[in-house]
Amino acid sequence: MTTTVAHLRRGQKGIIKEFADGILPIKLLELGCLPGNEIELVQVAPLKDPIYINVNGTHIAIRRSMAALIELEITEDFPL
Amino acid sequence: MSKQIKVALIGNPNTGKTSVFNQLTGLKQKVGNYPGITVEKKEGVCKLPRGVKAHILDLPGTYSLNTTSLDESVVVELLLNKNDKDFPDVAVVISDVENLKRNLLLFTQIKDLKIPVILVINMADRMSRTGISLDIELLEEKLDTKIALVSTRKGTGIDQIKDLIADYKNLSITPNVDTTVIAPDYFEKLKSTFPKEDLYKLWLVITQDVNFMPIEKNPITIAASFATKSKSELKRLQQKETILRYQFINGILKQAYKVDINAAKGLRATLDKILTHKIFGYLIFFVILLTIFQAIYDWSSYPMDFIDESFASASEWVKDTLPPGVFTNLIAEGILAGIGGIVIFIPQIAFLFLFIALLEESGYMSRVVFLMDKLMRPFGLSGKSVVPLISGTACAIPAIMATRTIENWKERLITILVTPFTTCSARLPVYLIIIALVIPEGRFLGLSYQALTLMLLYLMGFGAAIFSAMILNKIMKIKSKTFFVMEMPNYKLPLIKNVVYTVWEKTKSFVLGAGKIILAISIILWFLGSNGFSDNFANADEIVSEQIEKQGFSDFNKTNIESTMASYKYALQDSIEKKAYALDHVAISDSLRLKEMALQEKATNQEIASYKLENSYMGYMGKAIEPVVRPLGYDWKIGIAVLTSFAAREVFVGTLATIYSVGSDEEDTIKNRMAAEIDPRTKRPLFNLASGISLLLFYAFAMQCMSTLAIVKRETNTWKWPAAQLVFMSLFAYIVALIAYQILK
Repeated sequence: MTTTVAHLRRGQKGIIKEFADGILPIKLLELGCLPGNEIELVQVAPLKDPIYINVNGTHIAIRRSMAALIELEITEDFPL
Repeated sequence: MSKQIKVALIGNPNTGKTSVFNQLTGLKQKVGNYPGITVEKKEGVCKLPRGVKAHILDLPGTYSLNTTSLDESVVVELLLNKNDKDFPDVAVVISDVENLKRNLLLFTQIKDLKIPVILVINMADRMSRTGISLDIELLEEKLDTKIALVSTRKGTGIDQIKDLIADYKNLSITPNVDTTVIAPDYFEKLKSTFPKEDLYKLWLVITQDVNFMPIEKNPITIAASFATKSKSELKRLQQKETILRYQFINGILKQAYKVDINAAKGLRATLDKILTHKIFGYLIFFVILLTIFQAIYDWSSYPMDFIDESFASASEWVKDTLPPGVFTNLIAEGILAGIGGIVIFIPQIAFLFLFIALLEESGYMSRVVFLMDKLMRPFGLSGKSVVPLISGTACAIPAIMATRTIENWKERLITILVTPFTTCSARLPVYLIIIALVIPEGRFLGLSYQALTLMLLYLMGFGAAIFSAMILNKIMKIKSKTFFVMEMPNYKLPLIKNVVYTVWEKTKSFVLGAGKIILAISIILWFLGSNGFSDNFANADEIVSEQIEKQGFSDFNKTNIESTMASYKYALQDSIEKKAYALDHVAISDSLRLKEMALQEKATNQEIASYKLENSYMGYMGKAIEPVVRPLGYDWKIGIAVLTSFAAREVFVGTLATIYSVGSDEEDTIKNRMAAEIDPRTKRPLFNLASGISLLLFYAFAMQCMSTLAIVKRETNTWKWPAAQLVFMSLFAYIVALIAYQILK
């Protein structure tokens, strides 16, 4: 199933798909947001934004608008 | 003396770089700014074996050499400029064992610049807990470098760093990764155009402003206009470079780095769940804010009172000991009082930074941003702005210093500019006395009008801060990072040493930085208030004494003396009747006479002081601005008080006491005297509802604090912003007070 990071539920994981060049800030790539790496949604802020993800062992917070740009292939679906 | 080895500490944020710096340099640190910009520059000296010394430069934290912020461009510009006086002989890259993969990205980039580089792997103490094992020898071989395994928490491995620095000449400078493979044709062309230059360096120069344009860019000596590729093409190549580097790193770590997944989870997840919880998260943050508030508002009042008294008695001592004269007055009332006015802030600054250091060190501050980001975003503020805004309620000085933790320059500047609107504790004495004078007693829904007014003033302060932040966010054109990517570091127990250093360093930078300006302005204010050019000022003693002899004391002092004498007489007789002590008539009349003489002397002194102030430079200035403040409902006396309270708002009350020639130590007397003041034009009390509200509003919004201006100058590195603050806030205050007075009068 294909989705974006913005649509993940807490605890859900997915593998980053190839994305078009130049969409994401270079900073995100440096922190490990690269195609093929796994992303887990760790926590959502109380007002639904920003969200807190674990990518490749690095924990970062990003805003929902940016998360919507990262496409994923869902790997682990928690029965929540 | 031998030449110092120049060392640059480079690393990702949250790797313990500052801890390494502290352990290498101890307290031999110097903190300043890079010329022209507000990025903090930390330097220190470290003693190496065999008498060699190293000059250590702690560069701002960065994730890579692809600049997206001012902090990062400082790092890149230094590393690209061989002629910079700080260009390092050796770079020390600090990494953290848990995030080694990500940290190595930066390492390989620096290695490729052909600068000798040492890799420090910090937080070795966490390896067993997180199930990590490392093959250091293999890493050294594959990365072609020397590695020091360090634990700043336990203090191990620091000597190894020192040895490696001393031995830097033996480090290899062969690059790790061949970047040219991402676009062979392009790099081939570059090579033929600039045959003498290093290709990777050229690449960094070309891509430097793809993502970010610094406010002020230092020209780099090679022609950077090699723009055969568009920005988006260059961005794509940067992404390719990043992927290439990660491939290289992954290949190495697969062999040299093992992690036992099961050991890694636990505490972090649990803490995150609680601290960012939608109810508990805010509740915990609220309790922390309350504690900070309590500390800077309440706990620090004890050392502050002590400082206040010590300086007052030191001033007295100087006056008593030194021969009277201009010089003695300068020391006692100008310099000593000025220094006292600086030292008095130290407890609040120390307390606030104690808490901030704890929050930063523990990793909690990132969670605060996570919680508050959505709320603060519409106002152009950072989640971290909450701490300065709340601490501003105690005092704007430490609050503005606390904005250093906000990385984004625009968010930081807005926070600095709006913080002085929050109701600081120095406004409180002014509010309390005016409210008591003009707001009627009575209740609304069980709450007294006076309390409601006070609350309203606090709310207005916050409102003005938030509202102006929103406007500033709209109108300020400052290029800064537009996206939000924030690392959520692991939780750590704060290192006491780091906390102590932070508190020490912040206090020092306040005293030495802003202190000079505060001292200078307070001496000027003192001079203006205690010197005058007219004969009236020079002969104040005789004129006032003569006047008293002829016409007696002013009405208020006369009645005050009479009533004090009456109650004294009554008390005396009462105690004699109760046989507390037996006194004959002579003793009683003596006692009464002495008491009266003391009161008269005090009244005389007060009237002389009042007369002097009226005829001083400050007095003339007050009279000169009367036409300006008249529409607000003030007379020249209030004008003087408004001018002198520029030293600190609470001085308002003291100045009025002097000018009304009452003792400044009895609050009730001041209040009664102010209530008795009649405006000669309207024949009504000068402090009425209209002028009172006008004063309250003026003090709520005006930039009446030189210390705040001094600290804003220091934090923004220019007079432009404090000047803008002074003009805008004072104008705004004036207009609001004017409207209020004209409507209410």
